Amino acid sequence: MTESLDLVIAGGVLVAAGTALLMARPLTRIVLGTVLLGNGVNLLLLSASGAAGAAPLLYPASRHRHMPDPLPQAFVLTAIVITLALTAFLVTMAYRAWQLSGGDDVQDDVEDLRVARRAELLEERGRLAAGQRRRAGRGRAELRAARARRARAEEERPGEDDPWATILGGDR
Amino acid sequence: MTALQPAAAATAASALVPLPVVLPLCAAGLKLAIGLRLQRTQRVLSAVVLTAVLAVSAALLVAADRHGPQVMYAGGWAPPVGVVLVADRLSALMLLVSSAVTLCVLLYSVGQGMADREEATPMSVFHPAYLVLVAGVSDSFLAGDLFNLYVGFEVLLTASYVLLTIGGTVARIRAGATYAIVSLLSSVLFLTATAVVYAASGTVNLAELAGRLGQLPSGVRLLAQIALLTVFGIKAAVFPLAAWLPDSYPTAPAPVTAVFAGLLTKVGVYAMLRTQSLLFPGSGLRDVLLVAALASLGVGILGAVAQTDLKRLLSFTLVSHIGYMVFGIALASRGGFSGAVFYVAHHITVQTTLFLVAGLVERRGGTTDLARLGGLARLSPVLAAVFFVPAMNLAGIPPLSGFLGKVGLLRAGVADGGPLAYVLVAAATATSLLTLYALTKAWNLAFWRGAPAELAAEGAVLDSAETDEETEESEQEAQRRQSGEQGGASRPQAGTTLSRAGTTLPPAGTTLSQAGAAPPPAGAAQTATFGGQAVTTSAPPASMLAATVALVCLGLAFTVFAGPLFALTDRTAGELLARGTYVAAVTGR
Repeated sequence: MTESLDLVIAGGVLVAAGTALLMARPLTRIVLGTVLLGNGVNLLLLSASGAAGAAPLLYPASRHRHMPDPLPQAFVLTAIVITLALTAFLVTMAYRAWQLSGGDDVQDDVEDLRVARRAELLEERGRLAAGQRRRAGRGRAELRAARARRARAEEERPGEDDPWATILGGDR
Repeated sequence: MTALQPAAAATAASALVPLPVVLPLCAAGLKLAIGLRLQRTQRVLSAVVLTAVLAVSAALLVAADRHGPQVMYAGGWAPPVGVVLVADRLSALMLLVSSAVTLCVLLYSVGQGMADREEATPMSVFHPAYLVLVAGVSDSFLAGDLFNLYVGFEVLLTASYVLLTIGGTVARIRAGATYAIVSLLSSVLFLTATAVVYAASGTVNLAELAGRLGQLPSGVRLLAQIALLTVFGIKAAVFPLAAWLPDSYPTAPAPVTAVFAGLLTKVGVYAMLRTQSLLFPGSGLRDVLLVAALASLGVGILGAVAQTDLKRLLSFTLVSHIGYMVFGIALASRGGFSGAVFYVAHHITVQTTLFLVAGLVERRGGTTDLARLGGLARLSPVLAAVFFVPAMNLAGIPPLSGFLGKVGLLRAGVADGGPLAYVLVAAATATSLLTLYALTKAWNLAFWRGAPAELAAEGAVLDSAETDEETEESEQEAQRRQSGEQGGASRPQAGTTLSRAGTTLPPAGTTLSQAGAAPPPAGAAQTATFGGQAVTTSAPPASMLAATVALVCLGLAFTVFAGPLFALTDRTAGELLARGTYVAAVTGR
């Protein structure tokens, strides 16, 4: 049985491209990523049925081993339908997100950030109290200045338009 | 190849096997066709269908326990080609517990829909999606081949996307995006794993695979196992793959979160249990699973301790307690499997109950933020009772089933005797204590301390549907202005409780005075409704309370009937370990 190498290579490239797109923040890129990823996996699944053969319906007399395995084709058909439905849903969701907030970036969990911020705050308060005991308040102003500097640095983050920045360096 | 299987397929019970999948699907289609008409008939239809599924599951469990696994060949096609549905003890037990829970949650949601100022969303979207979800869960439990399991997962996931983003508000779209992307990735992985298994072994039928996977090179087998475990790990929210769960669950309406927390993660646990026992017995990944269980237990419960929101706290305990079940699965002994099955049954019920109670707390207190709640034990003793019992059950206070399940698992761990197993035993005990700590913290803050002054007044609006239509917005605006004119601080009296189930709703604008009541503060999860308008009430609506109490009682029933239940889970574990009965029932060999 000879496998079709083209199918495997094409599937691999699609999966790789899809994975890269999936790392992005904007929902539309993620939609494109899932489409590529889904199709890539479908091709790989199809390659499991071996080399292409004759269609059994057209050549009823053809011998058994000339026909390809029909089961992976049935799997792929099912998977295509599912991918289509989910793509439609994701696109709708991206549109709704754009409608609501003017962008379709996947947002961070606010509540989660709040819990983390509270811990940071407690830590900082503890450090401040210790600093106050040691240096009678001189540390506080310094700390506040450092915090302001950090906040400012966070605000002017460069490279928002660069697609690679959103793919590779987008995570805050 | 196309020959009908002889004797085994001919029993009457095997004809029942597809019903838990087919009935809800048909009902969902019917409801989509009916649309918005005949609302009362539709509610009855949903309840009747789920009751029928419950009855069928009970019959299947009895049949599977007495006569061995019940098998249905779809279209009469034999295993290598056709789709097989199998109900053995494990599947039937999962099905029974899940259908009981889904029925209760449906009744709760019907009660909530009637209590809210309901708009069109629940009937036209929630009910069909919910029924499709039930069909998907049933299909996953019954699937006799890997690809059908994939389809079952997809069915329930697609329904869950709809349920999670119902109403399309900002918070839900944000949470839904995370959930959908993670689930999509896991689906693609599942498909890849199925492809690997098929390419390597030439079949996806679980019973056939049980024989064939053993003959594969160990590297290929390990690859298939890792891929499948990763997929099910994402579904079940085992620690390194669990970050999506506390993020996405708390924003959905209470019944949706409850059924997700109870069932969807357990479908992952079930799939893990099935593949580990049937396809990869005596696997080399035992230690990996044990470490994952350890990390889930620890990280989950520490996350729960840090939370200040009741729903998020419960989500983290969910992640943590998945660790118990993975622990049992990893041990792969009779005691481990038995304990895991018992714990799954217990945990489905208790976790669902707690999320439903969180929904009731939100209706009374206006929020689930523990910092803003208080005094609920005095304000609503019933509510306190239905929170306290399942909370103690989850923490594992002795007479309750949570304790029994944990003891079963701990005994299995001690019987195993490995050093890692002992570490897990210690971690499981510590997690139980920390669960108790987290839940008593929630109890003290929300129920036991005095009520804070700013506790939401009766009649405060929890969530008004965000719609695009200009008309509705202006209508609400007008209503707000009108109630403002009625004189600032006028509150509805205690007697005129705004919305009791069963009674017709008061006309808009008269009793719904939002003038004095502060709007939900920023940052609070506005999650109460399906897209109607929920208001806080003094007592929980009777129908919602009844459904919750029914679930509490189900949780208590696990304690009362723990003896027979443990005997059943022990037989289940025996069946899982033997493998032969399942394989023989499906392949006829």
